[in-house]
Amino acid sequence: MDRLIELVTKLIGQTGIAHLISSGDVNLAWQTPVMWLIGGTFIYLAIKKDMEPLLLLPIGFSVIMVNMPLGGLLAEGGHGEPPGLFAFVYRHGLETDVVPCLIFLGLGALTDFGPLIANPKVLLLGAAAQLGVFVAFFGALFFGFDINEACSIGIIGGADGPTTIYTSTKLAPHILGATAVSAYSYMALVPIIQPPIIKLFTSKEERGITMKQLRPVSKSEKIIFPVAVALIVCLLVPPATPLISMFMLGNLMVNSGVVERLTDTAQNALMNIVTILLGIGVGSTMEGKSFLQPKVIGIYALGLFAFVVATAGGLLFAKLMNLFLKEKINPLLGSAGVSAVPMAARVSHKMGFEANKKCYILMHAMGPNVAGVIGTIVAAGIFISLVD
Amino acid sequence: MAIEITAPMVGKVVNVMVEVGQQVSEDEPVVMLEAMKVEMPVVAVEDGKVSKIHVKEGDTVDGEAVLVELE
Repeated sequence: MDRLIELVTKLIGQTGIAHLISSGDVNLAWQTPVMWLIGGTFIYLAIKKDMEPLLLLPIGFSVIMVNMPLGGLLAEGGHGEPPGLFAFVYRHGLETDVVPCLIFLGLGALTDFGPLIANPKVLLLGAAAQLGVFVAFFGALFFGFDINEACSIGIIGGADGPTTIYTSTKLAPHILGATAVSAYSYMALVPIIQPPIIKLFTSKEERGITMKQLRPVSKSEKIIFPVAVALIVCLLVPPATPLISMFMLGNLMVNSGVVERLTDTAQNALMNIVTILLGIGVGSTMEGKSFLQPKVIGIYALGLFAFVVATAGGLLFAKLMNLFLKEKINPLLGSAGVSAVPMAARVSHKMGFEANKKCYILMHAMGPNVAGVIGTIVAAGIFISLVD
Repeated sequence: MAIEITAPMVGKVVNVMVEVGQQVSEDEPVVMLEAMKVEMPVVAVEDGKVSKIHVKEGDTVDGEAVLVELE
């Protein structure tokens, strides 16, 4: 009987609850439930609000699980011990850039550069929307973040998840959880954040400007484009090479038309696998002790600011272009320069259609939208070369 | 003279909202197109009576393809 009681007591002593209570660690005691709540909120938003569910659901659950006392998912390993499961995913998937780059392979295979090739001047709008990235960068420096953190925060304004993760992992891995979640949540909120800014900077007449249909783009153009862009970007900003290579390889695969099996895998099976790993990897950076700092609020605020400035930058630049163009462009193409594909383009289209029932700019808006992805990759490359 | 209502862009027809012989007025939606998960109503360019419908639900149309003719 005594032996049994001893065993049960030992078992109870080894539970996570006992550890929480007996460790005497005040921070652990309040941070753990707060992180569970944050993880739970992500799961709620994913299921109930359909907010980026493919990422927020695995991230939310991972956040809860890595904040389980004694769970060991993030164990360092070493001395013959393997690392914890989630630590393994983070170290080999994210730290090595493999996961964000494989996501880009899939994105490349899902991207149609046709609208950009047909109307190359909108490349400028994709670049103008990067204004938000640089403004938020200086804002972050001003508010006391160090230069590495400022770069990672600035990139949120590009509204591109994998690029944000790539930059943060390289420059400021300790804030990766915050920058990644902020980027993905603002991307999901594009339809709510952008319209008021758009209304502030454009009149109804401007939003209703109709545009001629885009010319059809030939197959050779679609094959030459990814190769040419990859070459140019790699030569100008070498640190962007991994991202742009995978992005353009995916695009070349789909446009070549000869590797349908590979394209299909990149777009679907592989993309889904790496999305799961990405969710776990990002979630595993959100341990209470590193995530719950006043800094995180600053990161969220600056991320939103970056987003707003990016939208405004694109709109104003489009209006500037109109001063010189004979055939006016709809300024809504500018706000589509933030690279949240295709949400930003959809918002532009809907607002144009609201202003004028004969205004269909969805395809036109996809031009600056995909240009924005390239722009954000370039901005990330610039940051990384600045700091290294 | 027939008035042609054309597709503003490449897309899939999800709904034909008019019938032959029906009277439509300007800006009234006649066909619902979908591209990239955005539903886009294509509206009548002016008042008229539907004389011919060239598409059906599920069709994929090219930009500038004639969808509906009015008279």
